[in-house]
Amino acid sequence: MALEDYKGVFTFAEQVDHKLAGVALELIGKGKDLAADLGCEVTAVLLGSGITDLADTLAEYGADHVIVVDDPKLENYRTEPYAQALAGVINEFKPEIMLVGATAIGRDLGPTVSARVKTGLTADCTSLDIGQFPLNADPADAKQNQLLMTRPAFGGNTIATIACPDHRPQMATVRPGVMIKKDPEKGKKADVIDFKPDLSENNRYVEIIDIIKETKKTADIMAAKILVSGGRGVGSAENFKILEDLAEAIGGTVSCSRAVVDNGWKPKDLQVGQTGKTVRPNVYFAIGISGAIQHVAGMEESDIIIAINKDESAPIFDVADYGVVGDLNKIVPALTEAIKAELAK
Amino acid sequence: MKIVVCVKQVPDTKNGVVFNPDGTLNRGAMDKVMNPDDKAGLEVALRLKEANPGTEITVVTMGIPDADSVLREAFAMGADKGVLITDRVLGGADTWATSSTIAAGIRNLDYDLIVTGRQAIDGDTAQVGPQIAEHLGLPVISYAANVSVEGDSVVVDRQYDDRIHKLKVKMPALVTCLSETTEPRYMTPGGIFDAFDKEVTVWGRADLKDLDDGDIGLAGSPTKIAKASDKVRKGAGEKRADLDAAGACSYIFDKLKEKHVI
Repeated sequence: MALEDYKGVFTFAEQVDHKLAGVALELIGKGKDLAADLGCEVTAVLLGSGITDLADTLAEYGADHVIVVDDPKLENYRTEPYAQALAGVINEFKPEIMLVGATAIGRDLGPTVSARVKTGLTADCTSLDIGQFPLNADPADAKQNQLLMTRPAFGGNTIATIACPDHRPQMATVRPGVMIKKDPEKGKKADVIDFKPDLSENNRYVEIIDIIKETKKTADIMAAKILVSGGRGVGSAENFKILEDLAEAIGGTVSCSRAVVDNGWKPKDLQVGQTGKTVRPNVYFAIGISGAIQHVAGMEESDIIIAINKDESAPIFDVADYGVVGDLNKIVPALTEAIKAELAK
Repeated sequence: MKIVVCVKQVPDTKNGVVFNPDGTLNRGAMDKVMNPDDKAGLEVALRLKEANPGTEITVVTMGIPDADSVLREAFAMGADKGVLITDRVLGGADTWATSSTIAAGIRNLDYDLIVTGRQAIDGDTAQVGPQIAEHLGLPVISYAANVSVEGDSVVVDRQYDDRIHKLKVKMPALVTCLSETTEPRYMTPGGIFDAFDKEVTVWGRADLKDLDDGDIGLAGSPTKIAKASDKVRKGAGEKRADLDAAGACSYIFDKLKEKHVI
């Protein structure tokens, strides 16, 4: 089959416990932009058990079509049969582009499926564009309408743009929190396709003996508009109180750097950075955070970055919009009081 | 039981990264280490060996001839055998070509369990482990926090963001391990001494069977690098080192007002 016969942008609509992942909607948002450039449509691929109703949400966020594989075998994520289902969809519907969230599920499903359908996969992309490959060739000699997938590597030290010129679909996993979802259009419907791929059990089916959910009351730092983030410089778990007070005053959420998690001051799901979460709030306070490259990789897309650090040479000042050199123990409580006084006016 | 552990030698990024003038990575100027997740995988294998006497651990790596040293390190930790897959025609491989090549190497070995790291710190893709499993038709359990063997099955705590799935599958199987959950042991002095006497098996292209020439090296890689560069970062904004605490507070306060945050 010729490469030109592969059509459309497909996105994996990850859901767990009947709840769509944020990245599922972000991928549709980005998919719409890519589809506009290519003159095609966006199809969300929804896999699970008893989840067909979620197709309406996907439609409201912009999916033109939703392919649903609804099967009891897909109740909880397992590499197989999810790989059978997604590879089945790809082989049947032949998308030009297949996007998957770079989550703990997508980073397992993506590689398995890409190897199964024999195509390339670019991991953890932070930017996707349509363009020619090679980039600098004479347009007459280059392949047009290629997916150009940009991703950080070496812990955020380098950035590479990857193409997949001779195989289809062009597959990418995409970091959650980086692409922008569209505003939902209430009541919008998609063309829903109920698809039944072959889900025969084989040696690759694992048995789920138990599912242990971690009950946690921590906030979702990826959804926060204002993050008050602390690093090693905060000094102790107890001293995070001054950050919590600031967060409460300004309507923000507390997050942290890896050092804080390593010291056991805060749980891992509050960690920003390469090995934590990517965030892009309106305002990011970096308090007592030196700004290691792995941290910066997770927050540099924030609209406004405010840094407070006693070390004038801390690399966080290289990315901060507004930086002050000084003692966080004095500045942060004073700022909290000033904000409280202002809001009480 | 026979365990194959896949390891990669990677540049140590802990102390930053060295670039060539053209923006590509100067690997030669950087220290090389065993990839942390792979080292955790080796530790998992060594613990399984302790719990299951008679187990044999073969460590496999693919790389330049110098990558031999990563196998010596594995010997010093307690691995029994080492295989280096090295050949010029295998260079420049993406994850498809790398996993095809390593899978072909593993086909030459006996194994019940294959252990890899979740991901390497140079590429951060997390793709090669699952893709080796796919080429070999094996079940894969990635993000393994805890691994044990029960009879002819492997039992694994598979980590997700907000939960753990306790999974069981009949071997042969492949698991990918996390450095966060398994602290690797140190090399022992005796192990270091012995490590240099042990023989490393070296395989080139000709030793790899059931491997299509179209699936190896740069040419056999579906993904192509269009552009690579040192990351261009957002420029620094204002930095004020001249303010006392009250001054710093009003400076930030004014900016928040100016930007309509408060």
